Amino acid sequence: MQGKFIEEKIFKVLMVFSTLLIIIALGTILGSIVVKGLPALSWEMLSQTPKGGFYLGKSGGILNAIAGSFYIAIGSTFFALFVSIPVALYINIYRKKFSKYSNFVRLCLDVLWGVPSIVYGALGFSLMLIIGLKTSLLAGILIVTILIIPVMIRAMDEVMKTVPKGLVEASLALGATKAETALKVVVKQTLPGIVTAILISFGRAIGDAASVMYTTGFTDNVPESIMNQAATLPLAILNLVSSPIKEVQAKAYASALVLTIIILALSIASRMLTKKYTKNKL
Amino acid sequence: MSQIENNKGSIQVQNLNVYYGERHALKNLNIEIPKHKLTAIIGPSGCGKTTFLKCFNRLIETNENVNITGQFLVDGQNIFDPKVEITSIRKKMGLLSQRPYPLPMSIYDNITYGPRIHGERNKTKMAETVEYYLKQASLWEEVKDRLHSPASALSIGQQQRLCLARGLAVAPEFILGDEPTSALDPISSKHIEQKFIELKNQYTIVVVTHSLRQARRIADYIVFMYLGEIIEHGPAKELLSNPQHQLTKDYVTGEMS
Amino acid sequence: MSDKTRLQFDYRLKGLMKLFTLFAVLTLFIIFIGVVFKSYPILKTNSIFHFLFSSEWFPQKEKFGLFPFIVSTLWVTAIAMVLAVPFCILASIYLSEYADKKIIGWITPLIDILAGIPSVIFGIWGIIVVVPFVRDYLAPFFGKVSTGYSLITGGIVLSVMIVPVMVNILLEVFATVSKGLKEASLSLGATKWQTIKNVLLRKAAPGIVSAIALSLSRAFGETLAVLMVVGNVTKVPHSMLDPGQPLPALIANNYGEMMSIDLYDSALLLASLVLFIIVLIFNIASRLILRKMERNLG
Repeated sequence: MQGKFIEEKIFKVLMVFSTLLIIIALGTILGSIVVKGLPALSWEMLSQTPKGGFYLGKSGGILNAIAGSFYIAIGSTFFALFVSIPVALYINIYRKKFSKYSNFVRLCLDVLWGVPSIVYGALGFSLMLIIGLKTSLLAGILIVTILIIPVMIRAMDEVMKTVPKGLVEASLALGATKAETALKVVVKQTLPGIVTAILISFGRAIGDAASVMYTTGFTDNVPESIMNQAATLPLAILNLVSSPIKEVQAKAYASALVLTIIILALSIASRMLTKKYTKNKL
Repeated sequence: MSQIENNKGSIQVQNLNVYYGERHALKNLNIEIPKHKLTAIIGPSGCGKTTFLKCFNRLIETNENVNITGQFLVDGQNIFDPKVEITSIRKKMGLLSQRPYPLPMSIYDNITYGPRIHGERNKTKMAETVEYYLKQASLWEEVKDRLHSPASALSIGQQQRLCLARGLAVAPEFILGDEPTSALDPISSKHIEQKFIELKNQYTIVVVTHSLRQARRIADYIVFMYLGEIIEHGPAKELLSNPQHQLTKDYVTGEMS
Repeated sequence: MSDKTRLQFDYRLKGLMKLFTLFAVLTLFIIFIGVVFKSYPILKTNSIFHFLFSSEWFPQKEKFGLFPFIVSTLWVTAIAMVLAVPFCILASIYLSEYADKKIIGWITPLIDILAGIPSVIFGIWGIIVVVPFVRDYLAPFFGKVSTGYSLITGGIVLSVMIVPVMVNILLEVFATVSKGLKEASLSLGATKWQTIKNVLLRKAAPGIVSAIALSLSRAFGETLAVLMVVGNVTKVPHSMLDPGQPLPALIANNYGEMMSIDLYDSALLLASLVLFIIVLIFNIASRLILRKMERNLG
């Protein structure tokens, strides 16, 4: 008779252990990056581009990569936003939310989300060869845009799905067109969710490496035109960490710390927004 | 007759208070539920009927942030006593919920789920149990040829009767119904009501209902609740024909719903 | 604004929206067609099965056997799944059935953070923590010598990466199992654990399968983190302490240098095609199952 309780106890211990293990894993990720990265992090790292001999352990920083990553993330987020808002509105307002059409669009986007970014990168590079576009900031921005569009649309879609039908109908009943309803009521209502979607996509854009590997190239300079090649943080980290020299590896850890801080800041910002949003709703 | 025998099938509620966080959901309930009778709990929606019913088998504790004070004596034992094993209480209480919830398994396994949980291993005995209780719930004829197909394939009325049979198969002393016919069509509802009337000789039955007409048809005893309090309770005929309290009067005459 | 211009605006906006939606959906098909098109030249020279099962990878001699990379991919993915699945299921049950709101309020943000961490960071973590662990503890434990850069290192890193994917889906799946159903089991006198075992897990089984399949497809395609710790050796690996090179790493490591050899480019896109198709199958199947579960909820 007591067997059923003993079994439950054992499994409960296992469950708590598993949960702790996940938290510990996250802890060692953040912890190891901070421990290894902090000593090598300096103002020079953030404010200078690589000087001669940087990759042999001499002076300079990763400003080129920080700038490149921000350019790519900002550019692609901007373009993606331009496509994503209309699509999210279209499948939620113009079409019936749960119509076959809308669900099919969602399925395609989910599948796209799952396509490995290396496939985007490889195919993107081939396409660039065909249309004659050189490895450049522009090419990187375009590929990353396509990479984050499904992320952004689905994140917005999840918020727009929750807009009550009554609200839309109320606006339509007042004689507003669907366009007015979509832009003035739905966008306004879901604005915090849209911003969260933007932050999530921005995070994905700044962190992805495989897609920009062969489309954006790499350079030690801060790009001055969108036709220049550009460095990115993930690739800079990859380059630096592959070095056999300890000092250079330390710079990789410092760069990883920079990227982690950016990502954490984005994550905290979007969480605070969501919290505020749900509070306002109640 | 020994003391325990005497207490079997009895429920006494003394100073029962339930709080959901800050909200005082049930206010100082005192009542004795008559043995082997059908008691209906009525009242406007939001009055705490379902909350009260969920105290009977302590399902209320599955909610977050619940605080309970007072005594809830079942067969003379306070079920909220920390020493009481919760599963033994629930075994005594068969529950029929608002809509049927067939477990994700075959018809046969739905019935034997309870006995198996409680340690029954004898295959022949279980087969007998299945037949006996499906007959009790008047479902045997309809399903005897497909006992091993999924329970979810049954119609919703059949599912509710299956749930009744499943509840009876753990040999409870009480049957609780939480608006058990509200999701059913009129004919299935009638089936369930008929069953309740037959079963009340062997079990103490407590049914929450939002339908005054249903209460009139099946209840021996009625508890009227309003805003978390018991306003009035008494034998069905008396309470319905001659309510003492103004609120009860309003409700019974249909001025409040 | 006159009614006419308002309606015109509505009409035009609708057209634009339709166009963008079409574009978003078509991307999927364009990628598919593009990858097929690019791998066509190499498929003309031999059958797909030849490439899948040949271990000869000598681009200079135009021999493009993908077998070593496929085996590496399978190893790394399998290790990641074996490590991640039990912990994720247990943790998700804990979070959805046992943990109180406060704990959930603490843990879900952490899992979201984990989900947002870029793969290069996981790679760095792998180099700092997992590689030394494998080199100094795990390999000696099995009586072997390893640099620490091996399939199991890749698998361990990958297993942590798929945690947020799997846990988030599992939590959604468990949430679709109605409270009433669990109460039905409890009211028969079942304990909470009996209810979880017999009702929750059984009802959620298709969802659990989809969560696993989706994580699997994510693991298949993960590139950078694995590339950084897996050793990148073109050889059919024989144990999980051997180094290897999974398909995505193959593409990433070699894509720059393929220009001079005719079919190299096509071979790497064939590798992409294999990845794409595997990911596609797992993704579509699991999404459809999940969707069906959500519908049944209503």
